[in-house]
Amino acid sequence: MTRATVTLMVLLALAIPLSLLAGRVWLDPATTPNAALILAELRLPRAVLALVIGAGLGAAGAAMQGYLRNPLADPGLFGIAPGAALGAVIALYIGATSGLVLPAFALAGAGGAMALLSLIAGRTSNPAHGIALFTLAGMMIASLAGALTALAISLAPNAFAMSSIVTWLMGALTDRSWDDVTMAAPLTLAGILVLWRAGRSLDALTLGEEAARSLGVNPRVLMGMMVLGTGLTVGTGVAVAGIIGFVGLIVPHLVRPLTDKRPSSLIVPSALAGGLLVLVADVVCRILPLVTELRLGIALSLIGAPFFLWLLLRMRRGVA
Amino acid sequence: MILACKNLSVRRAGKRVLGDVSCEFLPGDITAICGPNGAGKSTLLSALGNLIAPDTGEVTLSDKPLPAMHPLTRARNIGYLPQSAEIAWDVSVANLVALGRLPHRDEGKAEINQAIVACALDAFRERPVSTLSGGEKARALLARVLAGTPQWVLADEPLAALDIAHQLSLLAVLKGEAESGCGVVLVLHDLALAMNHADRVLVLHEGNLVADGAPEDALSPENIAQAWGVKARWLGEPGQRALITDF
Repeated sequence: MTRATVTLMVLLALAIPLSLLAGRVWLDPATTPNAALILAELRLPRAVLALVIGAGLGAAGAAMQGYLRNPLADPGLFGIAPGAALGAVIALYIGATSGLVLPAFALAGAGGAMALLSLIAGRTSNPAHGIALFTLAGMMIASLAGALTALAISLAPNAFAMSSIVTWLMGALTDRSWDDVTMAAPLTLAGILVLWRAGRSLDALTLGEEAARSLGVNPRVLMGMMVLGTGLTVGTGVAVAGIIGFVGLIVPHLVRPLTDKRPSSLIVPSALAGGLLVLVADVVCRILPLVTELRLGIALSLIGAPFFLWLLLRMRRGVA
Repeated sequence: MILACKNLSVRRAGKRVLGDVSCEFLPGDITAICGPNGAGKSTLLSALGNLIAPDTGEVTLSDKPLPAMHPLTRARNIGYLPQSAEIAWDVSVANLVALGRLPHRDEGKAEINQAIVACALDAFRERPVSTLSGGEKARALLARVLAGTPQWVLADEPLAALDIAHQLSLLAVLKGEAESGCGVVLVLHDLALAMNHADRVLVLHEGNLVADGAPEDALSPENIAQAWGVKARWLGEPGQRALITDF
């Protein structure tokens, strides 16, 4: 177990109990009425979901940056998150929001984006063009899904549908239950496992695509693992919590200096740090004294965008 | 373990890059592939490493076609050093060299150590690659290939952009590999290096193999005139030849 993993596990061990107590109402297990119920049915599923979604986004970001050999890569680049969002928006548009119907629509959207991506990029005859084509196809799918989402918003049948679409897109973990956890946790963990298994091939890519192939890496298998791994992690995240941006971008950067810089050693610590970041951001959303609770997606974007700019400036100076 | 290609031809965007090339490479030899820009040298090397699929013909290792081999078996036998010195992440020299063990799915500490020592990188083991000079980086990338203990080393212009001291130190490592029975195939632009250090030279011109033999024969002034269109002659003793060109 590396230094980064141990450090992050200690931080998580401190943050998890704190997150259960923190909120608009600070919980005192001894005095707060229905404390056990609030903990078991409201705060615990919410905390677990924050950890699961953050872990998925963090691991996907680390794997994406390794795959594209670019520290500015983000899971959103592959078009899977916008695909999932489109699925969810369609569910909201037609009013199919009961139970797990909305997440199911979002997962179908993520699956559709994954299938389209594999169909376009998986068939290149020249393996040397694989990753570039893959990224371009992903960006086109993201644009298309974004445009269709905007279309759905502009054609929303009523103000209530439009409001619920826009609110959902902002991303949040409010009012989530154990049902959401039961759906999201296995899928996300399976996705992280797939990405973790791809670690060795991502390490080989450090030397470029040609050298990686000479080391026995099969580009098609690796592409398949990336589509499946990011699809499961990011698609599930969007399905249960809406669009939560920047986690996949920020987290690998924060963690990389603590590791030996190999893509494979970044995936597990990024999953832990992603979980920690989303958990903490969700607590911040809950305790800020605003009239309505700050949306998690907005909070993370407010942190993420300035960070991204700082990163660009550092890269310009050749530091990153 | 003989590496051979038979009737190899490659087309790119309708244009013939390599046409009907057949040859055998022998273990223990340093074979240099020479030719003017665009002659098909890198394409031949990539095809020998099974990194591109030829339009016709095949590459075999001990009579077994490369595409029929498991990619990891092929990778354990053939080490390939690309022309680009790309290292995407700022890993340590030891971790960079360790990448050579990926096809073996083991830690291979002894082999990694041996490759680091062979390439005189002992003092740089824990240094991040971003702090290395061009010559040190070239040695580290070669050590990465050697850590995989391949039977064949294919290197695309490994000596380009290196100063003369680093060229000679890298050549010494490659010679040591050849002497221990490894087959070494290099794409070389510097004809004097090919003349003085290779056991055999192939000359490519417009995708065709126009000369194949001992350096003295393959790089004769007539062959240089035919392939490069340059009038040139060799001066000096064998092993210490210098190429003089006329304007």
